[in-house]
Amino acid sequence: MSTAAIRSSPWPARAVGAVSIVALFALLEALIRTGVVNRFVVPLPSQVLAAIPRVIAEENVAQRFWQTTQEVLWAALFLALAGIVLGALLYRFRLLRLACETWVGALAAAPVVLMYPLFLVIFGRSAATIIAIGFAAGLPAVILKTVEGLAGTRQVLIDVGRSLKLTSGQQFRKILLPAALPTIFVGFRLGLIFAMINIVGVEFLINFGGLGQLINEMAERYDLPATYAAICFVVLVSVLFFDVTERVERWMRRIV
Amino acid sequence: MERATATRLLDVEGITKRFVTAEGSLTAVDDVSFGVAPGEFVSVIGPSGCGKSTLFNIIGGLAGDYEGRVTVGDAVVTGPHEAIGMVFQEESTFPWRTVLENVAFPLEIAGVARVERHERARNFVTLVGLAGFEGHYPAELSGGMRQRVAIARTLASNPRILLMDEPFAALDEQTRMLLGDKVLKIQQTLKQTTLLITHNLTEAVQLSDRVIVMTYRPGRVKRIVDIDLPHPRDASVVGSDRFGRYVAEIWQDLREEATRGIEDSEAQARAGHAAR
Repeated sequence: MSTAAIRSSPWPARAVGAVSIVALFALLEALIRTGVVNRFVVPLPSQVLAAIPRVIAEENVAQRFWQTTQEVLWAALFLALAGIVLGALLYRFRLLRLACETWVGALAAAPVVLMYPLFLVIFGRSAATIIAIGFAAGLPAVILKTVEGLAGTRQVLIDVGRSLKLTSGQQFRKILLPAALPTIFVGFRLGLIFAMINIVGVEFLINFGGLGQLINEMAERYDLPATYAAICFVVLVSVLFFDVTERVERWMRRIV
Repeated sequence: MERATATRLLDVEGITKRFVTAEGSLTAVDDVSFGVAPGEFVSVIGPSGCGKSTLFNIIGGLAGDYEGRVTVGDAVVTGPHEAIGMVFQEESTFPWRTVLENVAFPLEIAGVARVERHERARNFVTLVGLAGFEGHYPAELSGGMRQRVAIARTLASNPRILLMDEPFAALDEQTRMLLGDKVLKIQQTLKQTTLLITHNLTEAVQLSDRVIVMTYRPGRVKRIVDIDLPHPRDASVVGSDRFGRYVAEIWQDLREEATRGIEDSEAQARAGHAAR
């Protein structure tokens, strides 16, 4: 394989990533076995690995995994729609941007999850509450990065559009949006991270279902390997969504 | 000197543009008038600060609020005009589009079907000497190649006038001269009416039929020089005696303006320092 082919192939990077994780777990295993890390706080990675089949068989993981995935999916859809539209509005109307941007920034730092009782009152003890909290937590990042991406479009690209007499809709679809897309997707991924953390957190808090509830149950049984195994499934949801996001970004770059 | 109005394709009449600054009103260009005949290559040359880019934006319809008028044929330019294709100084290719997709962009906007627009874009890619690079992205090309993509994209919009603002300013001298050859060849092949804004004297004489020399702030037309060098022309013309004489002649005018520009910049720097 040529150097260029190695550079363009994703597999070497993936292999390095996998080896790094294995090495990290091996190091952790060694630290726990030698007593440097307390095994009553952090279970052995080998025990966590062994607990995975047990959790899958006994704890209805497929259904919980699907529930959390669905909640994240809905939150992601609302984030993409509302975040990009609101970001575009803030970019388009300067007064609105000056009035709201600081508040949106402040909201990004707010611990939205602590407002779950309010959401419970509004939406009831349902998936809607969980989705709404995930959405609210991720929204500021998507809005702010959308504004940043659109505002960061080089003036000369906008001038090319003007010189070709593009309508404002064409200017947005053909120039502003594609130019801003990389930054918008950074915001979307950030928003997705905040949404996932909050979704699993609220599942844990209100004991409604999904992987958050599973972590709660395992923790209450003080079954540490199973608790960490459940966390591994949350990581899996995250990996799944990041992979899909990357594919959507590549697809969108092709079609715009 | 100036050609008869009847033969002009582009007419710039009495353009004056003022900007409001903290120090008061600043006249960037003052009563600038000239015309460009069909198929002619005209350069506007002047020192930094003579309002060249302001003039570029006014003629291209990107700047408003000025006195005077710009006409193409019988049409008064009041905004971006389909008859004027603009090539910008800054790198302006779309990084998310391939060379072919960049060049096909104006055709896509015009609603030309995909197969046809790609076929037409391919011709322009070949014309600027980038055949074989259709599938490349701008990031994979050199600065000179990217500017050629921008020129091809503008040509694809089929403008009656190609308006360029120092398109090779960021390139080294050798590349600039060779690309000048390329632009001349394209201009002669398409009989493309071209107005080039530049601060490069060699480039202006190498490419133009006429050179309009501007004064330093406010920008006024100081002199219009007809360049009577043989066609077809290429970079080898820079070694001729006549070329040297044109350069020396224009430099006499330009030197005085450039000196004023430098003195003005120094005076401003001194005033800024004293104010601190």
